[in-house]
Amino acid sequence: MVVVSYCFDSTRLVVGHAADAGAATIITLMSSPPASPPPELSPEPRPQPRSLADLFVSFTLLALQGFGGVLAVVQREIVEKKRWMTREEFVEEWAVAQIMPGPNVVNLALMIGDRYFGLRGALAALAGMLVVPLAVMLLVALLYAQIADHPAVAGALRGMAAVAAGLIAATGFKLFGALRKHPLGLPLCMVLAALCFVAIALLRWPLAYVLLVLGGLACVLTYRKIRA
Amino acid sequence: MNPGDWFHLFAHYLSLSLLAVGGAITTAPDMHRYLVDQQRWLSDPQFNASIAIAQAAPGPNVLFVALLGWNVGLNAGGLWAGLLGMAATMLGIMLPSTTLTYLAARWGHRNRQLRAVRAFKQGMAPIVIALLVATAWILATGSHYAVKHWPLWLVTAVTALIVWRTRVHLLWLLAAGAALGAWGWV
Repeated sequence: MVVVSYCFDSTRLVVGHAADAGAATIITLMSSPPASPPPELSPEPRPQPRSLADLFVSFTLLALQGFGGVLAVVQREIVEKKRWMTREEFVEEWAVAQIMPGPNVVNLALMIGDRYFGLRGALAALAGMLVVPLAVMLLVALLYAQIADHPAVAGALRGMAAVAAGLIAATGFKLFGALRKHPLGLPLCMVLAALCFVAIALLRWPLAYVLLVLGGLACVLTYRKIRA
Repeated sequence: MNPGDWFHLFAHYLSLSLLAVGGAITTAPDMHRYLVDQQRWLSDPQFNASIAIAQAAPGPNVLFVALLGWNVGLNAGGLWAGLLGMAATMLGIMLPSTTLTYLAARWGHRNRQLRAVRAFKQGMAPIVIALLVATAWILATGSHYAVKHWPLWLVTAVTALIVWRTRVHLLWLLAAGAALGAWGWV
């Protein structure tokens, strides 16, 4: 699974992180045969958060840009701008974050933080996601009591909600690209995705059943397809 | 509210945490039943305003839980009680789920070469991507199913197209949406 972003700045990054034991493992893996390696081990070295403070600040800034959901911002910042993860890795981590109980983006922050700095990283990312946004929200709550009845405020919120829905849809569209290298092949993936969309968006079936049935089916099919 | 009440509040959110598959918002109906109908710690308008404000403010949606706790505390008496209520609900909703996610993610990463782990992570990919589009669909049409709301749908569709194909900063789009709404165009 060679990803385009790898080609751009691999040289610099190999040098930059050669001292890191984890990076050394990654570099070793680069010599393994390219025939569909487990994507978690996708071989490209890549930018990383520099410190716990970097993690905290990055996730604080992410969270503060996220109106009506932070996922769109996480995808754009972590995958497209900072390149801490590839699109494929992001989808895989998102699958875990989604299936586990609890707020999905908070789960995702926890997992990304843990990947780089262990428990301390997880807590730094978690704190970044929650502390400052919590303070901001209390301020908004105080303000809201003053202006809630104004029709322009209600209109603005309606407009922002419509935009927020578009952001989430666009995130989904972008991630479809990650399915091109999927073991099941793009057509079968699209069928599964379409079934999931119909079940959730149009039929409004409960999420847990859809995840169990469709997700289970997709996992079993994938299991039979990939090498042991 | 006496110490037993605070503990009850904390314990109730602890019990909800592991049920919140698909995000904390999926347990909002039960929170309404508990806080408004059963305990009468919040009024119905307070409950709805808390969710609306958390949606309008930046940050993860789970913060509506903190705001509910904050308002329960304010009703019970003062800012310190507000902070206590916020701590009770947030710690309750977060502790079990984050602990479980942390352990599961670690296990998954350690065993990432296992065929079953790879099959799960890759197999779920088409499903979770479709879920995003479905979520957007539900948000866009949720309370505006009537055809007369076509301008809102148009805003959603145009936003999706712009974000998908260009690198315009997301905050500009949100600002544009807010302006369109404030002027009464959508």
